[in-house]
Amino acid sequence: MRPLAIIFSLLLVFQVANAETQINFWHAMTGDLQSALEALVNNFNASQKMYKVVPIGKGNYTEALNAGIAAYRGKKQPNLIQVFEVGTMTMMSSGAIIPIQDLLAEQKVKINWADYVQPVLSYYEDKNGKLMSMPFNSSSPIMYYNKDLFAKAGIKEVPKTWQDAYKASDAIVKSGAPCGMVVGWQPWILIENFSAIHNLPFASLENGYGGVNAELKFNTPAVVQNVEKLQSGIKNKSFVYEGRRSDPARNAFTNGRCGMYLDTSAQISAVKAGSKFLWGAAPLPYNAGTKPQNSIIGGATLWAFKGFTAKENKGVAEFIKFLGQTDSQIAWHKSTGYLPITLSAYKKLKKEGYYKENPEQEVAILQLTRTKPSVLSRGIRLGGFTQIREIVEEELEKVWAGTATSKAALDSAVERGNKVLQNFAKTVK
Amino acid sequence: MLKRSHYENPILPYLLISPQMLIVILFFLWPAGAALLQAFQISDPFGQGTAFVWFDNFKNLFETLEYRQSFLKTLVFSVSTALLSLLMGLALAALTNRILKIKTVTRTLLIWPYAVAPAMAGMLWLFLFHPTYGVIGHFLVSNGVDWNPVLNGTHAMVMVIIAASWKQISYNFVFFLGGLQAVPRSILEAAAIDGAGPLRRFFVIVLPLLSPTIFFLIVMNLVYAFFDTFGVIHATTEGGPGGATSTLVYKVYSDGFVGQDLGGSAAQSVILMVITVILTIVQFKVVEKKVHYNG
Repeated sequence: MRPLAIIFSLLLVFQVANAETQINFWHAMTGDLQSALEALVNNFNASQKMYKVVPIGKGNYTEALNAGIAAYRGKKQPNLIQVFEVGTMTMMSSGAIIPIQDLLAEQKVKINWADYVQPVLSYYEDKNGKLMSMPFNSSSPIMYYNKDLFAKAGIKEVPKTWQDAYKASDAIVKSGAPCGMVVGWQPWILIENFSAIHNLPFASLENGYGGVNAELKFNTPAVVQNVEKLQSGIKNKSFVYEGRRSDPARNAFTNGRCGMYLDTSAQISAVKAGSKFLWGAAPLPYNAGTKPQNSIIGGATLWAFKGFTAKENKGVAEFIKFLGQTDSQIAWHKSTGYLPITLSAYKKLKKEGYYKENPEQEVAILQLTRTKPSVLSRGIRLGGFTQIREIVEEELEKVWAGTATSKAALDSAVERGNKVLQNFAKTVK
Repeated sequence: MLKRSHYENPILPYLLISPQMLIVILFFLWPAGAALLQAFQISDPFGQGTAFVWFDNFKNLFETLEYRQSFLKTLVFSVSTALLSLLMGLALAALTNRILKIKTVTRTLLIWPYAVAPAMAGMLWLFLFHPTYGVIGHFLVSNGVDWNPVLNGTHAMVMVIIAASWKQISYNFVFFLGGLQAVPRSILEAAAIDGAGPLRRFFVIVLPLLSPTIFFLIVMNLVYAFFDTFGVIHATTEGGPGGATSTLVYKVYSDGFVGQDLGGSAAQSVILMVITVILTIVQFKVVEKKVHYNG
């Protein structure tokens, strides 16, 4: 037995000596998105021998964030965690993270930021322009439309403005379809993006980028009017509410009931797989007579937790650099519908003729980059934003159910949301 | 009855109960104490900035209309769920008790739903009640009911109550069946000879004899409806639409875990704790007096 034991322990020593530094990466991707993410990670692991990134799924966005918080409090945090855009302020002011720009500088890993799509970066910068987290999966809302239902309703031109969209919606219902328009992620699309596109404030202090004492301002007349108009469409089903987030709204579109469906561009692959009719994608509508700003992004970024060795942080930096490479970006974009966030990836795809064959994939990119981001269309930076979104969801549901007017509901959402902000400000020093 | 002098070593009894006490302290007193402390603080999710705010969290809660409404919703939900599942359980037990053939099979089948996980039960009823692809939903819509639990708060509440009570029927059924079988045949036969019909026998003899079971089940069902229905609500409505099915327990979750308002959420759970204590005291003091124990 003895020789065997010696060989075995030698093997063990050899293994340890040769061991790669392990980088734990917690994410919130499920289904097809999870496979796409794991493929990306495998490519990184195969590309070098120093580091091994281990992806661990932690449920949906909220669950992953909670897992990260609990882990940090228990001193068992992962190196990297994927957090959705509304958790940005929570992470930023947590004191638990290293800003990604600092981490890259410490590890002397250089990234060409000029190559990145600017509205994506600016969402995650602090007020001095320092990048806090690494944009990973970014999307923007677009309008999907059912070409068959459009033809049946005699709609020749895809509506560009809300005013045309209301008319189109009525025409679709008149032609016999059970639903004109349906919307997913309603707080993000009908309030946050609507405000950004019309250059209206969501909150004071530059949508919260200017400090923690921001107050909500999104009950502007234009937002109220649009919600009011949609509320009046509930009666004849030209506007239909199906439920929160994406799935229920998308199903109502892919089973051919709804003519128009506003939702994140990340639903492209699911719409492609689920629909048995001709469909197209167009930018979100805007009010007639206004000059539309860029839309804002959704999705998630990667945050680096504190408390790791320089060697591990170096691995994190290398992995982040890898994710920004053109090939990684193209693979991720094609398999998911999330945006390519570097200009070189976008240009290469364009040159290959990818967007001629898949025009729907380009809609969000063009919409996101159509203007230089203003202080109001750069993004939103608020503490307790997850809670504020919940409140907006609740209040909008009251509007659709007819138990509150648009004005009353949005005023109440602002008032309730401001309490959340005040509470948050008390915890930040 | 054991006397103190029964133990010669004065430390031994304490040693003997210490494992149990350890569990109580570790799993009940410590978390409850932590919740109590947190209810008086506000803190960021990472627990790095914590401020002691006395009763601010409670004040905030009672100042918000949504929280006060949540009390009412919880009351409607709990009482309806308890009532529906008790009545259904009792009816099924009374019927099963009269069956002569395949009694065991029937009994087993009726107990089955209890084994279904709450989230699954919720999904099941959601599928049945969905206005587009649900069997019941489709039936209602095609009969002129504008059924839409996604939009209509009352419809959502009805759906959640049915889903929550369905699971509890089996539990009640088992206890009621046991209770019914314990009713002495001789009394029933005597009443029958005196000319009492089946209904009269049920209300005058069976029901009073069942009262200990009923009392126990009322407590259990209310506790269930109050605290164990999170899974059902989460799977069917997520507290919506517009907070219409957001019961107190669901609000603790959505404010604490989704909203990351730890102080507010802790304050809510302290309030729930107080409610439970009051409920238990009231039930044992008031209801018990009216219960008729035999034997």
